[in-house]
Amino acid sequence: MIGNPSAEAFVMAVLLTLLAAVTLAIARQRNMFGVVILSSIYSFLMASLMIVLDAVDVAMTEASVGAGISTVILLATLYLTGSMEYPQRRSVAIPLFVSIVVGAALVWGTIGLPAFGISDAPIHQHVAPTYIDFSRKHDMPPNIVTAVLADFRGFDTLGEVTVVFTAGIGVLLLLQGGWRLGGSRPDDDTEGDDEI
Amino acid sequence: MRLDLILRVGAKLVLPFILLFALYVQFHGDYGPGGGFQAGVISAGMVILYAIIFGVHAAKRIAPPIMVEMMVPLGVAIFTGTGVASLLMGNNFLDYTGFAHDYLHAHEWGILIVEIGVLVTVCGTMVAMFYAFVQRGRS
Repeated sequence: MIGNPSAEAFVMAVLLTLLAAVTLAIARQRNMFGVVILSSIYSFLMASLMIVLDAVDVAMTEASVGAGISTVILLATLYLTGSMEYPQRRSVAIPLFVSIVVGAALVWGTIGLPAFGISDAPIHQHVAPTYIDFSRKHDMPPNIVTAVLADFRGFDTLGEVTVVFTAGIGVLLLLQGGWRLGGSRPDDDTEGDDEI
Repeated sequence: MRLDLILRVGAKLVLPFILLFALYVQFHGDYGPGGGFQAGVISAGMVILYAIIFGVHAAKRIAPPIMVEMMVPLGVAIFTGTGVASLLMGNNFLDYTGFAHDYLHAHEWGILIVEIGVLVTVCGTMVAMFYAFVQRGRS
């Protein structure tokens, strides 16, 4: 956390400007390789923003999943599909209209939100004080995020792990389904594995 | 694999520290940021970096596909098994109070086991997806 509030605001402004620039570059880019690299940069900027907001767990997840694994998976996909986007002949009027309306609705929705960082926002009044008091009273692990995720709300996390499991099984079935019918697995061949 | 000597030596230097960092994130999750999900993704990233530098075939020797695919349901089984074990001890599902004599140690044990389950499923899913994408173009 940066102690000086104006320095923090400056870092935030720089990061948000870079995010906007990267978003515009992604929208204008026609080479898919460039889009993948730019979205990796976007995830990395987002992770830096999360660190400024003191959400270190989220920043770690964003950096490892967004900038790491998903970039590799997207590059592996480009290897299969080719990296140039076909030119589009359709008009951009309707997508532009939908984007502007949805964006304006989101900005309008933020007007009703409580001010940023105040301690008596509704989200801090509901169950969070109970968790904090309980874990302090019983000497629970100091990182309350872990205690909430794995202990207070263990059942939710079990559901999330099941979601990861289901998604993984689904992707595996889609991408390598049917190998049992063919007799041998496609990864049995040994040649040509030097590069992805 | 031909002229990338610097990449290969550099990757060999970095790989053990990536795995060490994943284990740190896993076992220090009670005190610092991180937990099973982040540790699983980081350790999967180690396998993927190894596959990028040394080839998918070499990576399949250290992380065989059959093992990786078995890790996907194994983590869910560890998580659910922890809940069933706490049921058998007479507590609620996923209430870890019965795992040790005092409250703090019981809950630290419970959180640790559950986070290992998360790590196993997440790491297995990420590496299995990577293998599936990479070997797709070979057939």
